[in-house]
Amino acid sequence: MSAQPVSHSVSSPASGGSSLLPFVVLAACLIIGPSLIYPVFLMKALCFAMFACAFNILLGFTGLLSFGHAAFLGMASYSSAHAAKVWGLTPELAIAFGTLVAMALGTVIGMLTIRSRGIYFANITLAFAQMVFFFCLQAKFTGGEDGIQSVPRGSLFGLISLKSDMAMYVFVAVVFFITFLMIYRIIHSPFGQVLRAVRENEARAISLGYKVEQYKLAAFILSATLTGLAGSIKALVFQLASLTDVTWQMSGEVVLMTLLGGVGTIFGPAVGAFVIVSMENYLAELGSWVLVVQGAIFVLCVMTFRRGIVGTANYYWNKRQQG
Amino acid sequence: MTLIKKLAVATAFMTAMAAPAFAQYSGPPIKLGVLSDMSGLYADLSGPGSVIAAKLAIEDFGAAAKGMKVDVIGGDHQNKADVGASIARQWYDQDGVDVILDVPNSAVALAVSDITKEKNKIFLNSGAATSDLTGPKCTPNTIHWAYDTWMLANGTGKALVKQGGDSWFFLTADYAFGYALERDTMEVVKKEGGKVVGNVRVPLNNQDFSSFLLQAQASKAKVIGLANAGGDTTNSIKGAAEFGITQAGQKLAGLLVDVNDVHGLGLQVAQGLTFTDAWYWDLNDDTRKFAARFSALNGGKYPGKIHAGVYSSVIHYLKAVEAVKSKADGAAVEKKMKELPTDDTVFGKGEVRQDGRKTHPVYLVEVKKPSESKKPWDYYKILTTIPANEAFRPLKEGNCPLVN
Amino acid sequence: MFEILGITSQALFGQLLIGLINGAFYAMLSLGLAVIFGMLNIINFTHGALYMIGAFVAWMLLNYLGIGYWWALVLSPIATGTLGVLIERFMLSRLRDLDHLYGLLLTFGLALIFEGLFRQKFGSSGLPYRPPAELTGGTNLGFMFLPNYRAWVISFSLVVCLGTWYAIEHTRLGSYLRAATENPALVQAFGINVSRMITLTYGFGVGLAALAGVLAAPIYQVNPLMGSNIIIVVFAVVVIGGMGSILGSIITGFALGVAEGLTKVFYPEASSTVIFVIMAIVLLIRPTGLFGRST
Repeated sequence: MSAQPVSHSVSSPASGGSSLLPFVVLAACLIIGPSLIYPVFLMKALCFAMFACAFNILLGFTGLLSFGHAAFLGMASYSSAHAAKVWGLTPELAIAFGTLVAMALGTVIGMLTIRSRGIYFANITLAFAQMVFFFCLQAKFTGGEDGIQSVPRGSLFGLISLKSDMAMYVFVAVVFFITFLMIYRIIHSPFGQVLRAVRENEARAISLGYKVEQYKLAAFILSATLTGLAGSIKALVFQLASLTDVTWQMSGEVVLMTLLGGVGTIFGPAVGAFVIVSMENYLAELGSWVLVVQGAIFVLCVMTFRRGIVGTANYYWNKRQQG
Repeated sequence: MTLIKKLAVATAFMTAMAAPAFAQYSGPPIKLGVLSDMSGLYADLSGPGSVIAAKLAIEDFGAAAKGMKVDVIGGDHQNKADVGASIARQWYDQDGVDVILDVPNSAVALAVSDITKEKNKIFLNSGAATSDLTGPKCTPNTIHWAYDTWMLANGTGKALVKQGGDSWFFLTADYAFGYALERDTMEVVKKEGGKVVGNVRVPLNNQDFSSFLLQAQASKAKVIGLANAGGDTTNSIKGAAEFGITQAGQKLAGLLVDVNDVHGLGLQVAQGLTFTDAWYWDLNDDTRKFAARFSALNGGKYPGKIHAGVYSSVIHYLKAVEAVKSKADGAAVEKKMKELPTDDTVFGKGEVRQDGRKTHPVYLVEVKKPSESKKPWDYYKILTTIPANEAFRPLKEGNCPLVN
Repeated sequence: MFEILGITSQALFGQLLIGLINGAFYAMLSLGLAVIFGMLNIINFTHGALYMIGAFVAWMLLNYLGIGYWWALVLSPIATGTLGVLIERFMLSRLRDLDHLYGLLLTFGLALIFEGLFRQKFGSSGLPYRPPAELTGGTNLGFMFLPNYRAWVISFSLVVCLGTWYAIEHTRLGSYLRAATENPALVQAFGINVSRMITLTYGFGVGLAALAGVLAAPIYQVNPLMGSNIIIVVFAVVVIGGMGSILGSIITGFALGVAEGLTKVFYPEASSTVIFVIMAIVLLIRPTGLFGRST
């Protein structure tokens, strides 16, 4: 590809204490959040934030646009719902199972698709996601379009009941925070550096002797697995798994979240997810105007605001630091 | 939501005016939530019209004069179960909603029913079709108004077999709702002595039905049963007219058709279609009066069974709250709703059964020819009125755990 | 008469013909996408929405101005094509130097806006549109009853598709177009306004989508959702054919219509998925599609 790569700003890891600050703020937000905002809504937003961050590993840090990530979200959510409801597993095991299913699926789809590039990659991932959708619609255990309903939240390790929204929230917030830190660590590890090199200039990375395809595959699997984690938790939060999570529209939505927040930034996708989920929540009464507003945001982002919210903030912050 | 504000002002005004001597309910304001598909596939059948119906019911109940303050809010579940579930939770937990109304789309309805039970509130469904709501999944907090798959299948299946339509081919939407409709109809057809010669499962979002219609034609069945809804049904009916299937003598049985579908198709295409409907606006003076008021507020569109169901269920709920004198315990209010006979100007007299099924007479109708239609929305010829005790699934057969 | 897997040959002919008719829509839509991709290198996600708008313009012409089907067949593509020209001029042209994915994202956003606006105005249960009086009724072919309107759709779209192909492959204008795709700077140097050519190409592709919309209006309800239901399938068609290949998109459009039609007989549940299965297989074997140039 001769054209300019998708992502622009890479939040350069500032050294030492200043890079800690955002995480402290994040932790503080997570702690104060439920006293200000309805916890179920917060949990939904956190699940989507996790989804978007996982997606960003691929789009933002590896330069691959997958248009089939709903497959991982949906399959994981069905699997963990099934494990919790039918097999009676405790929540952490159900979530682990859902995540593993997404990982396995990610490995298979990744191995088949990772050689494709650009538009073709987007399309072939879409094709596989549509097949997964078909499977979910046809398979007996998913309950067709009724989905898997009244999934028990159960007790964590068989000890701590997650029935109350607050208990569930604490669990989701902790998992989110850990996942977030993990993604941050990975992005700044040598592995993450190679991914970024692939994104910037694949040919050069190859000539430097990196087995690019293996790196890309690893990123794909990682992204699918974390997407699965988000899907598994979502099923327990809402106590249901449904076809919504497997549709191609869901794959599109995560692109929107990531783009709006800032492709290739650490915090961007999470911010984007919060904005989109809030919009869907609080503008719901507007009916189809929500579509128009979403579309307008898309257009606005692409036309004038390609760095996204966090990307733009970073840009001006860095400029001020330098200037 | 200026209407709500107006209503609130009006309520306050009326409360001040009316002597509260006969006020029986003096608790906190009651809040009704219409959770519906506000802009998608089912928006015309339920959607914003259901909010209007709820408001008319509050007005007709005379809530204001009785010193009861009743508010209505609307929400859009976008036909997604998770969106519906999260709105329902938020309404119950945060916004003080006491009753959720309407909820078309069976998947969303089942999710809301669960949450309603957990929170001990009340769910008055008139939008969803699945008869599971009063079957294996019945709860002491849910009542199913208007119609369900069993009722539709039973009315249409029986009547058509009796008319000589004794061999059937099904075009079935490939999801749980389609299966339920197909299963319930097959049973009736077989019980009445007819046979099923074949079926085809049509995937979601299928645009063109001609291929499936040709298969139905090749089966030489006398009746083609359309076990689908909304756009799928109207597209099948259009296709059947286009490919000369109805002209060649095969009969179409729409299993879930709404007056709004007929309106969208036009009589030229829809004429002769036979199906069961739970309600029609042109039954008597009361229903006509309701339709006139409703359509004036709904951009000229007439009410269908779901709107009428919302109206009727709100009236009955308010009566029960008045009798119990408290809205706090959902199950207790619902118990009262089951004790009191239902009676309103739109649905007439009826009852709410143990399993949460609201029963009333239903109608086997045929769509009029264009030449027979004399006024706007004059679409149905009522062939038979099916009495309430035959129209719905017998109490014992539903496997509802509440029935002993 | 013979039978294949319990299906009589008569029924099979009927199904093949139906498949071809549906394929006609895929071919016209994917042709427009292929033309746009060939010239602008973007995947036009608004294509479905523009197809929907084409149908709605026909409906509005009839209901607001009393202008019938035959004029709509001309006016709707022009009106919608003009909208396309505006989109290209004021939005897409500013993204030319960026990654092509931005074009995809922009047009995705536009599709949402259009669909939302039409849903807001017209609801989503669809509006009726009658076929012109000249084309009502049908002909009995022996193995099936073929509605005249469908016969018209298939012949008309074949003419349009082949005409477009001829214009691009065998005329002077077409050769400029192809040359500009290969090397815009060189063509510009020959004194041809490449920028204007790109804009007009986009308008033309959009016009094709609108034309398909007018053709579809009498068959399906005119519905704000009709675009988003079909766009994903049409994408698959273009990708299978090979992005940017004109002939490839036409042949693949018709062929996949037939493949889908046959699936509707033998495994109906999978008929909306079969195209994606084919796409995955084709891309695994030939990463640039059946007729695509390998890069």
